[in-house]
Order: sequence, then structure tokens, then C-alpha cells
Amino acid sequence: MTAEKEIVKSGSGAPVEGRETERPIRMPVDIFEDETGISVLADMPGVSRERLDIQIDNDTLSIQGKTQVSMPDGMEALYADVRSTVYQRSFSLSSELDGSKAEASLKDGVLALRIPKREEHKARRIEVRAE
Amino acid sequence: MFRSLSNFDGGLFDEFRRLEREMDQLFGAGSWPSGIRSVARGTYPPINIGSTPDQVDIYLFASGVDPKSLEISIQKNLLTIDGERRLITEEGASYFRKERFDDAFHRVVTLPDDVDPEKVEASYMDGVLRITVRRRETAKPRQIEVK
Repeated sequence: MTAEKEIVKSGSGAPVEGRETERPIRMPVDIFEDETGISVLADMPGVSRERLDIQIDNDTLSIQGKTQVSMPDGMEALYADVRSTVYQRSFSLSSELDGSKAEASLKDGVLALRIPKREEHKARRIEVRAE
Repeated sequence: MFRSLSNFDGGLFDEFRRLEREMDQLFGAGSWPSGIRSVARGTYPPINIGSTPDQVDIYLFASGVDPKSLEISIQKNLLTIDGERRLITEEGASYFRKERFDDAFHRVVTLPDDVDPEKVEASYMDGVLRITVRRRETAKPRQIEVK
């Protein structure tokens, strides 16, 4: 993951002369929870695995990606709904989630991220004993 | 080094931002006429269109779509894209956010008049559908020699 971080940082972090700072796209997400953890699905079309950066630190999850779309030289824009090359969104996590065990996959521009709950926080069924 | 890195993939997007700025300057925000087939901002999937003297490229930012579900057709310079994205709802899970598009979609794009409907290619990569339509040979700028 470290090598991937570098690419994103050097691409988006340093201000480039004469270029306005890009406002990132707040991509749509689905978030759901079940007994064992939380899942995040995010739409990030145009982002490849190498340009995706996910960080969990101090209970903050941040997802960032940069699009890379191949286009011929000298192309002029006729119309654009998408006006940024950067996706970015962050969430705060609660303490029962174990960020160190998070797993992510990316397919066709959809990021699927799974953050499991810590063992001791998994819901336990409490048996009621009959006396 | 940074410049070359950002130019590598940001070139056309810079161009899009320039286009937006110029539109605002020319017409003032919001007062120019909308295309008859234009749709509200935020319509799925977002589209970018770029052109060169040889071709027009249409990019649909449609992640997680099965390419087989897409129907692309062109009549003269009118390009139509139909498709759907159906999400699987996890049974027994509780949802906090459901922002992602989950439906059928339909988009129509008016291309420049000189495109050749016989020469269309489409590819799908990283969730972006790219459709390339060639322009007619006769429409390309030609150098005329003075004898």
C-alpha cells in the first residue's frame, strides 16, 4: 500500500503552478452493518488499484482515488459532467471496529471495503436459563 | 516533475474546467439555453465528451455495470446508451447509507454532424465506458496547395 500512497500524494498534494486546486468529487457510497462488521461500497469509476489510497488512522477512515482515463493527444472538451480527477471521502469509525483487519477490493470502479468488529464486540446471544 | 505527472492524466479535465469557466463568463451563470436533450446535473451515469479532428470520444462514468447489459446504438449523429445497474441488497444487514444508483438508465448524446456511424468502438475499463466515434474523412481539415 505504501507505494500506492506515494503516487496519489505526488499527484494531488503539490500545487501546480497556474492550475487551480481541484475540488474532489464526493462519491456516492452504500454503508451497511451486520453482526460481524461494517461494509462500505463506493463508486469510483476511472480509478485503478494503483491510484486508490485507503487510510485508517485515529479512527478516521479516508478513501481517496485519482482517475486515469486514456484519451488521445490534443483532445478538446465538448461537454463534461465530471470536472475533477480526484475522489475523496472520509468517515469516523467507532472503537468497536478493528481497522487493522480491514480488507478492500476494487472491481470495475467499485470499491468494496470491509471493516470487521473486534471479537469482544461481536453480538452474543444471551441464553436465559430456566431455573 | 509534478507538472508532467498532472498533465499526463489531467489535461482534458483542465480543459473541462476551462470550458465551464468560459461558459460562465460568456453567459452568466444559469441563463444560457439548455440543450433539448440535456438532463439535470447528477443524472446517472455522468458523461464527458471530448473531440479531436479525427474522432469524438464519449466517456460514461458507470462503475459496476455489466458491459453485457449495455445497449449502445447510433443513428446518424445521435448516440443512445441504455443499460442498468442493479445492486444486491445484503439480507439481514442494516443500511446507514444507500446513495449508489440502482436502476435502469438511458442517455442520449448529440454528436457533431460529421461523425461516421459506421465507425464506432466501445470499451469498458475500471468502470468507465469509452465510446469512440470516428469523424468522416472529408470533414478533416485538408491542406490545399497553391500551384
